[in-house]
Order: sequence, then structure tokens, then C-alpha cells
Amino acid sequence: MSNVISFNDVSLRFGGVQALKNVSFEIEENSLFAIIGPNGAGKTSILNCINGIYKPTSGSINIFDQDSKDLHPDNIANLGVSRTFQNIELFENMTALDNILIGAHRHVDYGPVRSLLFSKKVRQEEEKARKISEDVIDFLEIEEYRYSYILSLPYGIQKRIELARALAMQPKVLLLDEPAAGMNNEETEDIARFILDVHEELGITVVLIDHDMNMVMDIATDVVVMDFGEKLFQGDPQEAAKNQKVIDAYLGVG
Amino acid sequence: MTVFLQATFEGLSLGAIYSLVAIGFVLIYKATDVLSFAQPALAVVGAGIISGLAVDRGVPFWLALIIGIVFTGLIGLLVERTFLRPMVGEPVFSVAILTIGIDILLRTILNKWIGIDPRYLGDPFPSFGNFGSFDVSGVTLKYLEIAALITALVLIGILGVFFKRSKYGIAMRATSFDQEAALAQGINVGRVFGLVWLIAGILAGFSGFFITGGFNTLTQASFISALRALPAVVIGGLDSIAGAVVGSLIIGLTQGYIAYYQLPLESIVGFTLGSGFSLIAPYLVMFIILLIKPDGLFGTKEVERV
Repeated sequence: MSNVISFNDVSLRFGGVQALKNVSFEIEENSLFAIIGPNGAGKTSILNCINGIYKPTSGSINIFDQDSKDLHPDNIANLGVSRTFQNIELFENMTALDNILIGAHRHVDYGPVRSLLFSKKVRQEEEKARKISEDVIDFLEIEEYRYSYILSLPYGIQKRIELARALAMQPKVLLLDEPAAGMNNEETEDIARFILDVHEELGITVVLIDHDMNMVMDIATDVVVMDFGEKLFQGDPQEAAKNQKVIDAYLGVG
Repeated sequence: MTVFLQATFEGLSLGAIYSLVAIGFVLIYKATDVLSFAQPALAVVGAGIISGLAVDRGVPFWLALIIGIVFTGLIGLLVERTFLRPMVGEPVFSVAILTIGIDILLRTILNKWIGIDPRYLGDPFPSFGNFGSFDVSGVTLKYLEIAALITALVLIGILGVFFKRSKYGIAMRATSFDQEAALAQGINVGRVFGLVWLIAGILAGFSGFFITGGFNTLTQASFISALRALPAVVIGGLDSIAGAVVGSLIIGLTQGYIAYYQLPLESIVGFTLGSGFSLIAPYLVMFIILLIKPDGLFGTKEVERV
């Protein structure tokens, strides 16, 4: 199996804060890769580095064997890397469907002049985008919220629509930043089921950040444990739970 | 009644012209949070190009018109790419001041070329003389004003569909709300900004032609007419395209009615308002509307979380 993303000795520094310190790991194709760790351990920084919002201070990140140094976030998205955010970043001024369409528009091809005329080609391409969006809406069971404005929807549904937007990009790699944060047990189970479906049915490589150890242990195939910007552990989720360093980081050293 | 219809027609046509500049203002404000004061300058630069080509160089009128409008769009694109792109992320206030600089720069160059005498923009139908007109039961309808109304209607219709349905329109709305999230969806935010300025420039080009065409002529003061789109967008609420159109119509109609009804109005208020009152009336209307609705008629209320 080949690596889709690899971190080579990546450090990230904001002034005096060392967010990541010489972090190296590989994410294999078709894995369900979890990143866990206490608050401020650098989990979200890793996602932001993959998706190009942050550029590493030193070291390099390869995405599909391409150095991401000169890639903008939109280039990386167009390579097939989509994401959700820790605090939902939906376009609240638009309907759920429009939000999802934006994801699908990666697969739509027509020029601005043509779109001013709304020619046949534009209509065909927009129908294609709508088809992709409807498939995702079906998959995540959010049919009834299609035409609702984001602001009017409950938190759990917003999370699901953000996932839908990311899936509509038909990504090869899906980055999920705390998809179960702020959810009750039932909602967490729903999300875990969707993540498994995405991974198994759609065959998408999933990179998952979460605090919910139980969920991570249940569904992840690989895990990286972070603490204060450093990688503590990488490997099988079950072994992580037994590892003394991991236990110390999570429970504190007495 | 004839006077009323005449004033209404002229007001609506003025409003249509203002709405083209106003939509440009709103587009740029929505996408980049910046109120661009360079729009009126772009409008007169477009008129200058048309006049230079059609009158000075003898280029056929329609060709000059198309070149002038397209060129104005490209100037908009150039301004965004050279002056504004490096300012992404800087305080909105600095960028707004920068657009005033661009406005002065463009107008200084243009004014030197215009000189003292008014410039004409050429006439597609020389046999009519200044575009001509016809009467309907006493109301004089100028072809230029009819053309302005139709052009504005068509452009607003096209843009409406563009924003609602096309991937570029949706990407623009997304970018205006959250640039970072837009980037993560693969939207090239820089290209969206460029496209916004291109469209705003083209709209300014159209309005520049209608403001200075026919009897109106292009002078060093023409930009003041285009600037009247500013009270229009403020009335409409800065971030609403529908608001920009409604605001423009209010401004246009105010100007039209005051121009025809100033004498009766003076007899009501009891003192003379002076010549040219119709030109400042739009600003008075803006003050009154802002006193009642500080966010404009269609503007998004600013909600501050405490």
C-alpha cells in the first residue's frame, strides 16, 4: 500500500509557541487514521498543515508524492483533500444545498463568460453537480434539510452538512477535525457509523481527530498520539491504550 | 400628469444607470468587505475610452462602445491585481483609503485628457441627432434613456441568475462569508476577487456610457453623477444587490421629481432651494433614511456578540 500523506520532520512555530516539533509519520492509502492527544497537543495544527492553511517552519509534507510547499489551500483541495472544521465553518448565509454544491463544483467545468449566458453546457454541468450533491445528501440522510438556511439548523445537523460538503468534493482523503465534538452519545454513534461507511463503502482515506478515545479505539486502523507538539506514539489503537507514555499524557503523571 | 410621467420616466432611467454602478459597489463590498471609491472613476474612464475611440479616432461607434466597456472591466481587473491583492488581510479602512487614491489617480489622468471643453461620445444614429427621442402623449422619451433602462434590466437579470445558479456566483457568496473555508473547498479566492472587479468594471463602463452619452457629454465633473450611486448603495444597505437597485431607483426618482417639481416645493417650504437642488436631494434622502434605518433598507443588521 502506498502513502497518501507523509510528514517528514515537520516543525511549526508561531513566535514563541512550538506547535509541532519534528513530527514524522505516514498515512497509508485506505487507512482510517486517528490523531489523538490532549488539548493544545498540535492535532489541529497537523490538519491545517495538510490542508495548506499553515506552512511548516521546517521539514516537508508530501501529499500524493507532491511537496506541498508551493501549494495553496485551494490547490490542495483540488488534489482531492477535503476537510471539516472543529468549529463548523459552513457558509451560514446560504442553504444546505448551496453549501454542498460548492463542494461538488470541484467537478464542474465551464468558464465565467458561458455562465453569464447560462448556456446548455452550464446547465448540464450544474445538473452533474446537483446529482453529486443529491447522492451525498442521500448517503448522509439529510434530505429534509436541503433548502434550510444553515443558521436555522441544529448543531448536530450542521456538523453533518459540513461532512456532506466535504464528501461532495469526492475526495481521496477526508480530514475530520473533531466530528463528534459537542455531541451526545446517540449523535456520536451516528457520526461514527457515517465515518465507517465513508471509509468502507466509498473507500476514502480518513484522517480523524477526536477526544473520544472509545470511538477512536473502535473505528481507527492507525493512531498517532500527540503531546505538546511531539509525537508520542504511532501504531495500532489497541496498543496505544496500553502504552505507558500515552497513559501518562492523558491521565497526568502523579 | 404629463409632467409627472416625464419626471418618473427620467427618474427611472437615471436610477437604472445608478444601479449599474451601485451593483459594482455592492459586489466588491460583499466579496472583499471593502467599499471601493474607485467605481465612479472607472465609469468615467470607460466613457473617456469610448469618446477617444469613437470621436477622436473615428472608430465605428458600436466597436468603440464594446472596446470601451471591455477595457474598463480589464482596468478593474488590473487595479485588483496590482493594488488590492497585496492588501488582502490588511485593515478594511486602509484598503478603502487606497481605493480613494486609485480614484484620484484615474481621474487625474483622465481630466488631463478631457481638458476644458466637453467631450462627446459619438452617436450610433447620426440621423436622429444625439440619439433622438419620440413623444408619447406629450411625454418625451429619449432613446438613450430607454436604452439605459433596457440595458440595466437585462444586466441585472443576467447577474441575478449568475449569482443564484452558477458555480462562480455561489463561490463568490461563499468567499464573501468565509475565505478560509472557501479555500478548503478548492475555491481560488484570488480568482473570485479578480472576477468581482472585472464585473464591477464592466458595469461601471456601461454606466459611464449612459451618464455621459448624448447631450450629457463627458466633462471633468461627470464623475460626480456616477458618485451618486454611493448614496444609493448606502440607502440599499451596502451588501444587498436588490437593495442597490431599489436605492438607485429612489435616488433617480428623487432627482427626477425634484428637477420638475422644485418650484411648487419651494412655495411649500417658503424659501428658495437654489439651482441644482435636485443634485443634492439624493444625499438628503440618504440622511433621512439612515436616521430611520441605520443599516439601510435591505442591509444585514450587524449583530455584536457580547
